[in-house]
Amino acid sequence: MSYIIDRRLNGKHKSSVNRQRFLRRYKEHIRKAVEQAVNQRSIQDLDRGEQITIPKRDIHEPHFGHGQGGKGSIVHPGNKEFASGDRIPKPEGGQGGGSGQGNASNQGEGEDDFVFQISQEEFLDFVFEDLALPNLVRKDLKEIKEFNLKHAGVVSEGTPSKLNLVRSMRNAYARRMVMSSSSRRKLAEAEAEREALLDSASSAEEKARLVWLDEQIELLKQKIESTPFLDTYDLRYNHHIKEPRPSSKAVMFCIMDVSGSMTQETKNIAKRFFILLYLFLHRNYEKIDVVFIRHHTSAKEVTEEEFFYSRETGGTIVSSALKLMHKIVKERYSPDQWNIYAAQASDGDNWDDDSRICKQVLAEDLVDLVQYFTYIEITPRDHQSLWYAYEEVQAAHPDSFAMRHIVEVGDIYPVFRDLFQRRQHESSH
Amino acid sequence: MSRATSKSDYLSQGPDWSFESIEQYDIEIGKIAQEFGLDTYPNQIEIISSEQMMDAYASVGMPLGYHHWSYGKQFLETEQNYKRGRMGLAYEIVINSSPCIAYLMEENNMMMQALVIAHACYGHNSFFKGNYLFQTWTDASAIIDYLVFAKKYILDCEEKYGIEEVELTLDSCHALMNFGVDRYKRPIPLSLTEEKARQDEREQILQQQVNDLWRTIPVSEKVEQSKLKEAVFPSEPQENLLYFLEKNAPLLKPWQREIIRIVRKMAQYFYPQRQTQVMNEGWASFWHYTLMNELYNRGKVGEGFILEFLQSHTNVVYQPSFDSPYYSGINPYALGFAIYSDLKRMCEAPTEEDRRWFPDLVDRPWLEVLHFAMHNFKDESFILQFLSPKVMRDFRFFGIENNEVDPYVEVKEIHNDEGFHALRQRLAQQYNLSYREPNIQVQRVDLYGDRSLTLRHTMDNGRPLNDDTMEVIKHFKRLWGFEVRLESCSGETILQTYNCDSTSL
Repeated sequence: MSYIIDRRLNGKHKSSVNRQRFLRRYKEHIRKAVEQAVNQRSIQDLDRGEQITIPKRDIHEPHFGHGQGGKGSIVHPGNKEFASGDRIPKPEGGQGGGSGQGNASNQGEGEDDFVFQISQEEFLDFVFEDLALPNLVRKDLKEIKEFNLKHAGVVSEGTPSKLNLVRSMRNAYARRMVMSSSSRRKLAEAEAEREALLDSASSAEEKARLVWLDEQIELLKQKIESTPFLDTYDLRYNHHIKEPRPSSKAVMFCIMDVSGSMTQETKNIAKRFFILLYLFLHRNYEKIDVVFIRHHTSAKEVTEEEFFYSRETGGTIVSSALKLMHKIVKERYSPDQWNIYAAQASDGDNWDDDSRICKQVLAEDLVDLVQYFTYIEITPRDHQSLWYAYEEVQAAHPDSFAMRHIVEVGDIYPVFRDLFQRRQHESSH
Repeated sequence: MSRATSKSDYLSQGPDWSFESIEQYDIEIGKIAQEFGLDTYPNQIEIISSEQMMDAYASVGMPLGYHHWSYGKQFLETEQNYKRGRMGLAYEIVINSSPCIAYLMEENNMMMQALVIAHACYGHNSFFKGNYLFQTWTDASAIIDYLVFAKKYILDCEEKYGIEEVELTLDSCHALMNFGVDRYKRPIPLSLTEEKARQDEREQILQQQVNDLWRTIPVSEKVEQSKLKEAVFPSEPQENLLYFLEKNAPLLKPWQREIIRIVRKMAQYFYPQRQTQVMNEGWASFWHYTLMNELYNRGKVGEGFILEFLQSHTNVVYQPSFDSPYYSGINPYALGFAIYSDLKRMCEAPTEEDRRWFPDLVDRPWLEVLHFAMHNFKDESFILQFLSPKVMRDFRFFGIENNEVDPYVEVKEIHNDEGFHALRQRLAQQYNLSYREPNIQVQRVDLYGDRSLTLRHTMDNGRPLNDDTMEVIKHFKRLWGFEVRLESCSGETILQTYNCDSTSL
């Protein structure tokens, strides 16, 4: 006797716990792979997970077994020209056939790497483990300018325009039923008695009773009739509450110096940093605009391609970019509706006079508009005037302005993590 | 052969399967199987999706298992290979349990489903029920319950002692898993109720025994003296390393001993399967071939169906030559199928050669001979007993010897009259677990000294241990808790010593 069972509707992720265990165990490997991947991806390319590669020897499960050497013996199929006693030279460094038995298919892959996929979600989890958006919460609570009206049930008080007819009428009907129920029961009894008497009434006593009953019936009918059809306490009103609508839109400004002093390598470092920021915002907002502003002595809004790969020479006036950003914000991205983030990358070169202006534009115009402004300086050299000017801004606005120094590629991820580290008081959100 | 040819008699028409047709096929195949004397456990046929098949793969085919990262690794590997199309999923997984659980993948067509039913539900199933190794070492009716118990127990341990802790213990047990089986002694059958009832008691008693072994309270001198004489512990070398650890490791917590026991039980459960690959797959292949052809002979399936089947069957029992890029050792399906088919041939139409080689087999009823061969052997003895010169010739087998010090490998024997006996012996040895796996036993424990433990590897044909050895010894050390060393010996000479002292882990 056989039972045939359809199991297709059962869960198919029976292995997910084991999969998670595996990911947890090789967290370090995966994080490294993720870091590398982040460095290689283009900014808006995140519709996919990542392929993780771990050297096979790192995940190998050891077992006692025979190694190479000694006297091996094996039987193979498919002899064509061998006769007993034939001696065949061993292939250089080959496996010689010493102990090829056992799970040959498992070993066939040799020292290949172990490769597997993690989903986009998992990928980003690894990238942003323990990171939080600065100031996100604060904006949500304080500066909301948009509201949604939301149904919040029915209440017994309200304006006539919000009268809920169905609920009110239903209440009224119920109330009428309750209030008139005893009268209607009596009415029914009286009518039944009258019906019975009507046929057989002969004595005067019974006739008097009949008259009395008629009066009673009339009275009861009036009483039922007088039950109010609609009473004030039947009325129900729709209730709405105002729910703040958190802005789900963000705009990210990427500002980069493209003057002659910025090498392609420096730009690549900046790019990686921008990618991280973009990925990060993407996880927190529904819609993200990215604005690329590059500048030398004058600033210009450009496409991503142009931003990273076209070169220009010339001096450096950083404030031009800041001014352009301010202009774009005013024209297109009202801070009421947009969460504004900015990341600026530079090698620190600036005209001496200009650093003072930068500080002024930032402190007076921009800092109050943005959620967070990050400045990274990519240079192996000493800081110049721009850094010191920005330091003053940071001192004045520690919550919405941050700056870090990057020397080489390896610094990017740690610096990013450092900038966005979940702060203690935010950890509960 | 009389064959009805009316199309309407066919069990199914198109390539698609339905629950009704699966049931129909199962009934028909079961009927024929019974005529051939295949004695089976009841079947539980489960239809699953390919994702579920991957899940089943990752848990060594078991319907449920405790959680461990290595199963996750397996899953990821399977998934990756499958997605890249590097590998088709094997179309069947069958579990040695009662009822015998077999999985059918929904993506397969009707022919494949019928093939799997014949192969798994009647072939493997009857093997599980009939072969002496399975009868001796496993209890099909208890395994599912035991798995439930094991999963629950390990889950509880994880809650109580932390996932990390449990994982470390499991890692170490897995490393020694192949050395956690009793090879000669019949184990007590698994029983869930007993397991549960005895567990607490066992924990306490075990700990008590261990404490006795390691008692440090001073004893009278007289006793001390007599003790010293018998201070060789264990009195005989122990080959079941996990069992030894479970019973004697001084520092293990009771729950760790229980986990060792669980892993040991699982190893024991799989032990017969590791020893009967050729026989088992060969038997299942022989029967799917026979049963499906019988369906055709009886007019239950059409020509297209049987042709498609034959193509799949040919792929299953295909043996690439040693120099083919697809070669990855001897295909157990091919070898097993060839031996059983040849047995049948020898019974029905023996040649002169067969009469010389198998005087006891020729002219006997083939069904009886086949059942005898299935019931009473394991791969090694099966090949030694039944591999005929014809099969060796058909496979064009040749035996190679490879001596490390020799720059040449030598062809010792090929498929000719002079070679058959030695060749068969060589092939049989290849399936002998004690040849495949190194011989490592617990030699002695320094009971009254530093509690260090010595393992002895007795070399076979001068073959050294592999590169994992040090790692595995570390795992052993983790469970033992004190210094562990392994001596690799040839005869009485120690050729190499691996040392894992108490500081390194």
